[in-house]
Amino acid sequence: MAAGMSVLTVRDLEVRRGARSVVRGVSLDVARGEIVAVMGASGAGKTSVLRALAGLDPIAAGSVAVDGLQLSAGPLPRGEALRELHRRVGMVFQFHHLFEHLTALHNVWLALVHVQRQPQREAERKARELLDHLGVGARADAVPRELSGGEAQRVAIARALAVGPPLLLMDEPTASLDPARRGELATTLRQLASEGRTLVIATHDEEFAGACAHRVLIMDEGRVAR
Amino acid sequence: MDHQWRSRIIARVSARAVMCVGVAALLAVNIAAQTPELRWGGDAEGGAPFVEADPSDPTRVVGFEVDIASMLAEGLNRRPRFIQTGFTTIDASVARGDFDIGLSGIEDSFARRTRLAVTVPYYRFREILTVRAADAARYRTLADLRGRRVATLAATLAFDLLTAAEKEHGVVVVPYEDDVHPYTDLAVGRVDAVLLDEVLAERGVRRHPALTNQPTSVGVGYYVGILAPQNTGLRNQIDAILKQAMRDGRLEAIFRRWKMWNEDQRNLYARVTADESGPAPQTQSTAAQLSVWDATVRYLPSLLTATVITLVLSVSSMALAIVIGVLIASGRVYGPAPLRALLTGWVELIRGTPLLLQLFVIYYGLATVVQLPAFLAALIGLGLNYGAYESEIYRSALESVPPGQLDAARTLGFSDRQTLMLIRGPQALRLALAPMTNDFVALLKDSSLVSLITVVELTKQTTIFASNIGTWFVPGLLCAALYLALSLPVSHLARRLERTWRRA
Repeated sequence: MAAGMSVLTVRDLEVRRGARSVVRGVSLDVARGEIVAVMGASGAGKTSVLRALAGLDPIAAGSVAVDGLQLSAGPLPRGEALRELHRRVGMVFQFHHLFEHLTALHNVWLALVHVQRQPQREAERKARELLDHLGVGARADAVPRELSGGEAQRVAIARALAVGPPLLLMDEPTASLDPARRGELATTLRQLASEGRTLVIATHDEEFAGACAHRVLIMDEGRVAR
Repeated sequence: MDHQWRSRIIARVSARAVMCVGVAALLAVNIAAQTPELRWGGDAEGGAPFVEADPSDPTRVVGFEVDIASMLAEGLNRRPRFIQTGFTTIDASVARGDFDIGLSGIEDSFARRTRLAVTVPYYRFREILTVRAADAARYRTLADLRGRRVATLAATLAFDLLTAAEKEHGVVVVPYEDDVHPYTDLAVGRVDAVLLDEVLAERGVRRHPALTNQPTSVGVGYYVGILAPQNTGLRNQIDAILKQAMRDGRLEAIFRRWKMWNEDQRNLYARVTADESGPAPQTQSTAAQLSVWDATVRYLPSLLTATVITLVLSVSSMALAIVIGVLIASGRVYGPAPLRALLTGWVELIRGTPLLLQLFVIYYGLATVVQLPAFLAALIGLGLNYGAYESEIYRSALESVPPGQLDAARTLGFSDRQTLMLIRGPQALRLALAPMTNDFVALLKDSSLVSLITVVELTKQTTIFASNIGTWFVPGLLCAALYLALSLPVSHLARRLERTWRRA
């Protein structure tokens, strides 16, 4: 795969938790429209890779380029650098972490209005479209604790997609879904990829990874095993 | 054998000795218990020359009232026992039987005569106006003090005289809970005059050389002993002892010992011993002569005004507490380690010391540096105190918003400030609402403490009302109703808000 086509380029990534390296020497290229599943046992370093790419944990060594933006070792990006990064990278968390005091719709448009400075009417229209697109339009006015695991998952995806990042990171997306819903999610993610989104998914659900990923990476003790 | 016999004798003898000692001890205790006590109540905080802790043995009390109590007990063949009671609650305590007689510079009044059994007067005093020496020419009488602040002790004859002067001359009455701080506040310039009886006025001038007493008296009053209303038998015995002591010079000796004797007393004693009824108290507050209903109607406007003061003070203190609480909580959650340590120390200092002490320090302690008006001092004191509690509520509320949501906000590009304003703050506020409501209701009631720094709020006004009409029943009910009228809507509003938020 040619480097020029990569949305995400990772070289010799190292992430530390305290004095301990939890990710070492991870290199990775992901092309536009590609879905890469990162698999491995708990503690293998999957989530740590995602958190470093999302700018939540600092990079100890190595480099990361996301859609042309270079991230290097050092303290976490702040201010404009952080906003630049999050125009390019969105993240969906294992436990969704929806804003509990806001409706599903409000969760989706909040960043459009306050980060991207779009007019609220337009932001709401876009948010409603996204929820419809993901099949949870009917639940737009529900608050997070009224949503099922699958619905919350979709609202969280809509929230991450709303700000339009080319790269979407997902941490254990099937953890709160029953088997039927997992199939649906795989279809949804495939569709997103076909629309040009790039996805990196940390999971230990082999069946799900097989159903949706173009490529599977196995991590073990902080390294890419194969 | 011989040895056994001897030890048996010793055992028997020593058992008998122990028994004898035991019986003797029991007998002694029994005799002591059979000498009945004369329990007398007073306020040792009133200090010399009335009642005060003996400087050489603080477990004992000394004062002219102590001497009078001993004299009365001797006449009754009883042992005197002192019972400490707050000055403003002596009437209620004696009425409910906490002690036999109250002796603590208690003034004769119609209110007392209607509610209690009152002895003959044993001391005549003049109400004296004390001013700063520099103002001696300016403020000679109450009429000269229009628009000026005049301090006194609440629920006294002087207070009634001043309340009348408030209407007649437009003086501003500042009631104190004790008889020391009116003079210190006069010396530092917080008030422009003090009206109290001459015993206190003399003591005030002795302690503050920059003060002076005006020569003309504003009024005249008498000290009496008070007993429960049904206790007229004991009262009559005591009256007889007092009159005998007036004739044989024992009372004169007591007052000479305390440097209080003057010709006024000789005239008083002549009248008391000649005339069975003694002099009538100076007409003062007529509340005692009114029916409870009329008195209530008369006091209602001042109770409502006091309610407004309580409300305004509570709302503004709470607003200050919220601002302080938010600042401290933000510092403790977001600030660097030294700031966090400093703020933690501050919160512990404020939470670990009594609000009353804080109010005293702000109002009296700082008086030599900055003389805060009483209301402002009360507002700052309550605000600082509750601010510390609020900060703990906000800190724990902020920390209970799941950190995952903060990560999510970050990956959406929100700045720390936006995250606080849009995501963390609003959720924390919902968590904080119930404990905040609780705190506000507590503050409404704690605001009654500020009466000790001369702010007349609802509880203080109720105390004045109750002591003037001589019963707590109606004033207590009214006061409770007014506090509930303030706190219930707040609780109701908070519950509604919580329901709305739960639905949202």
